[in-house]
Amino acid sequence: MKRIYVEEKWCLGCHLCEYECAFANSGIADMVKALKGKEIHPRIQVEDGDGVHFAVNCRHCTDPLCVKSCIAGALSKDGDGMVVIDQNKCVGCYTCVMVCPYGAIMPAENGKVAQKCMLCTDNMKQGEPNCVKYCINRAIVFEDRG
Amino acid sequence: MQYVIIGNSTAALYAIEGIRSLDQEGKITVISDETHAAYGRPLISYYLYGRIDLEHIGYRPADFYTKMGVDLILGERAEKIDPKGKKVILKSGKKIAYDKLLVATGSRPFVPPMEGLDAVKEKFSFMQLDDALALERALGPEKDVLIVGAGLIGLKCMEGILDRCRSVTVVDLADRILPSILDEGGAAFVQKQLERKGVRFILGDSVAKFEGTFAVTKNGGKIPFDVLVVAVGVRPNVELVKEAGGEVARGIVTDDGQCTTLPDVYAAGDNCESFDISSGTRRILALLPNAALQGECAGKNMAGGDAHFTNAVPMNAIGFFGSHIATAGVYEGECFEDITPGHYKKLFYRDNRLTGYILIDCIERAGIYTSLIREKTPLSEVDFELLKKSPALMAFSESARKDKLARRQ
Repeated sequence: MKRIYVEEKWCLGCHLCEYECAFANSGIADMVKALKGKEIHPRIQVEDGDGVHFAVNCRHCTDPLCVKSCIAGALSKDGDGMVVIDQNKCVGCYTCVMVCPYGAIMPAENGKVAQKCMLCTDNMKQGEPNCVKYCINRAIVFEDRG
Repeated sequence: MQYVIIGNSTAALYAIEGIRSLDQEGKITVISDETHAAYGRPLISYYLYGRIDLEHIGYRPADFYTKMGVDLILGERAEKIDPKGKKVILKSGKKIAYDKLLVATGSRPFVPPMEGLDAVKEKFSFMQLDDALALERALGPEKDVLIVGAGLIGLKCMEGILDRCRSVTVVDLADRILPSILDEGGAAFVQKQLERKGVRFILGDSVAKFEGTFAVTKNGGKIPFDVLVVAVGVRPNVELVKEAGGEVARGIVTDDGQCTTLPDVYAAGDNCESFDISSGTRRILALLPNAALQGECAGKNMAGGDAHFTNAVPMNAIGFFGSHIATAGVYEGECFEDITPGHYKKLFYRDNRLTGYILIDCIERAGIYTSLIREKTPLSEVDFELLKKSPALMAFSESARKDKLARRQ
């Protein structure tokens, strides 16, 4: 299965992926209308350090601790191995936040459920991750690495 | 191969999946004295709180048992294990033969003797969906509710019902709320939040007796109530294994593959002990993730695998009315603290390892801390000063980051 991988040596720390993620999941067709003047809640988050930058989002683990820790059965692996969340089942206990070793699942904007990257399969981008598509230095790639 | 599982909650579900990951043919029979398909047990408070409805409360899709090829026997109680004859005897007298047996019987509410309790009409435990459904029928805008027990179960119940009754009073013998997961400061922090919501706490006291519509406390207080919830604690359901001759300490004793001391009999979930790597002691860790991991491990081994569950750690994510708490490990060693009116954070560390944490209203990315405890990561290998401020992968070495972000997990 293709997953998102991050090469920190190419990351400029521009945070464009965060905006592209928020846009992709906004449900609004126009990026300016979707983001202008709004606080964004992207599912990918860039860490900035001393000359080091990199983006972090769900690793779609082979053996996902979040799925096994979910008290509601809201998290599961789909047939391809993607870790998916059913926000209709999530009760917002955030046990998943407590167990994800990557810090890659987070409270959603409404504060009532968790959210995570589903590789843009759950929005109008139809499976081509928007963060990958618009990463200007190809620091975020979408590949099958076994 | 005939697999039999007693119990139908988290450990059982993950055991089914563990078995089927290695054996698609063997017969699996699940026996439960409840009449529902498996639901997330902690969801019962969220049901009363209005966060989940009965349609969505099932832990797995409705066709799970069919897809997994499971014979489900609901509403039947397993009375006895015959380890020599390799049979489970049900209350109805029916005998079910097993090659491999999993005892995933969980725990039950502990109700201490309290004078006058028998005469209390509206009294409830809070463990199962049926408890929540029965409690729901007793609630109403003119009802005052008394909850005995300010632990995880009592307080989640409180959250679920506060807006569905006139008042909630919580009594606990301990001098603070959530004593199993919070230190004094953390408990006071959360207590203040809950009192602002209108909850009344009576701590360091206990109910001596019930007199009509009043509870009289040891210290002489009189609490009027209409509905009583007893949530003082739970007891592990160890009897089936104990009576069959299996070793039981605080809970059922197993090896790290979840096998009991009885051949071909496994145990997983809130009825058995784990080796807690944060405290270095064997104890019952009655937590849903722990039940899942134990259940999966047991299932794989029942199907001939070689699985080991070796990094159990106590951890709890819980919250009330939009606030969120995450805790893990033990609160021993040196302590880093960051406490403001808006959040409460303590990190505990010793011998170059993170041993535990308490996070209240600052839970974002807490899993990075949890992983340090579970993996026993030497703090000398990470930038702990950075981690004290906030959990971040930046605190790991470049090669560790590459391993996490550029390789398949």
